[in-house]
Amino acid sequence: MSNIPDDLSYTKEHEWVAGLDDGITVTVGITAFAADALGDVVYVQLPEVGANVEAGDSIGEVESTKSVSEIYTPVGGEIVEVNQAVVDDPSLANSDPYGDGWMFRVRVEGEPEDLLSAEEYTALTSGQS
Amino acid sequence: MSRPTPLRAVHEELGATLTDFAGWLMPLRYGSESAEHNAVRTAAGLFDLSHMGEIYLTGPQAGEALDHALVGHLSVLVPGRARYTMIVNERGGVLDDLIVYRLADDEFMVVANASNYEKVAEELINRSKSYDVVVEDRSDRVALIAVQGPRAQEILATLTDADLDGLKYYAGLPGVVDGRKALIARTGYTGEDGFELFVANDDAAPLWHALMAAGEPYGIRPAGLSSRDTLRLEAGMPLYGNELSVELTPFDAGLGRVVKFDKPGDFVGRAALEAVKDQPPARRLVGLVARGRRVPRHGYPVTKDGAVVGEVTSGAPSQSLGKPIAMAYVDAGAHEGLAVDIRGSQEPVDLVELPFYRRNK
Repeated sequence: MSNIPDDLSYTKEHEWVAGLDDGITVTVGITAFAADALGDVVYVQLPEVGANVEAGDSIGEVESTKSVSEIYTPVGGEIVEVNQAVVDDPSLANSDPYGDGWMFRVRVEGEPEDLLSAEEYTALTSGQS
Repeated sequence: MSRPTPLRAVHEELGATLTDFAGWLMPLRYGSESAEHNAVRTAAGLFDLSHMGEIYLTGPQAGEALDHALVGHLSVLVPGRARYTMIVNERGGVLDDLIVYRLADDEFMVVANASNYEKVAEELINRSKSYDVVVEDRSDRVALIAVQGPRAQEILATLTDADLDGLKYYAGLPGVVDGRKALIARTGYTGEDGFELFVANDDAAPLWHALMAAGEPYGIRPAGLSSRDTLRLEAGMPLYGNELSVELTPFDAGLGRVVKFDKPGDFVGRAALEAVKDQPPARRLVGLVARGRRVPRHGYPVTKDGAVVGEVTSGAPSQSLGKPIAMAYVDAGAHEGLAVDIRGSQEPVDLVELPFYRRNK
């Protein structure tokens, strides 16, 4: 069973979202479930800082030995920061997906797409692992 | 519904990520596939390969039957030795690549890929009808465990009295490992020294545990199909379904040397292969090394100045090179200025001769 912290929100695309409470800037990463399913992450491509994105856009990709997955942004707005550390060392996405392996920060404009609670995400992933 | 191997419970206990492969439920990886890959390059890895097919040919004309059915000259194989060979159709298209072991004067074992062995067994039966030989598919009874890596011999030596020093590459002998009857073969698909142990299904789990225990001081790790694929790719070894297919002849794949035209008698595919043996193929199988970090993958186009000049057959991040690598069929004239179209972006690659990795002997 993968680690699914209670205090984060989730997407059906296996991303986590932090910082929704203050409603200004949110941090996005991939979940431990996603990292486990991918295997060793070897390449992370992230958007340019300053890019304007819409909720649901594909804005990057994560590659593992065996596969490649797109990164979607669950919120629209401006990309204000990307995690250069995970670009330089993609294994952070496996070793610390909710911490040092975070992906990007967005200054939120508009409504986020439908997000899941930890409980709902747990229900989504149980039976898939 | 995928078929489990006799080691399914062992894999589950180890927490393996299981995947369907050619109809079998196989371990993809146990933890980090990079760590498994590196263990095989530096120490040892243990693989469950029980999905492979084992087809036995027994009888006074077993060698002649194989000479007719396959492209190789198997009747001259010395008992105890093995050969890499292929089975083709009348048009010369590759049905499978095989390792054939001569177990005795009148007994051979043909090891076929999981995805093909039922078809191979059927072909061998059909092609052997006029020979005094019995063809028997024993795949459901035979398990296969491979121990691969520079420490493989030391590990195996703790469990057997067999003469491993005397066992050459591409040789196999019947022996006893941890008290169990096994065919001990010095073969593999990783580019390292190593052994493949063919045992009865019921012996697979105890033998696995014995090898893990014996290998523990040497740094052995269980290794899944993911690392098997990156290891064979670095070693430049073809995979049926990627580099080999029924649409290609052995010559197309640069493996024409396995076709033995000088053997006596006709063999299936001879006429078709003789017609193409001296024609340089339009494309050749090459290695590509990416300059960037994005990974060329199976099916991606190889381009030059925007035009498609080839196609990637296998690609992966290489642990040994620290860069993404790929095998690809590329137009014979295209050498420089190549790129791989990675989801719309032309990523530069350098063409290299295979293999990417060669072990120090």
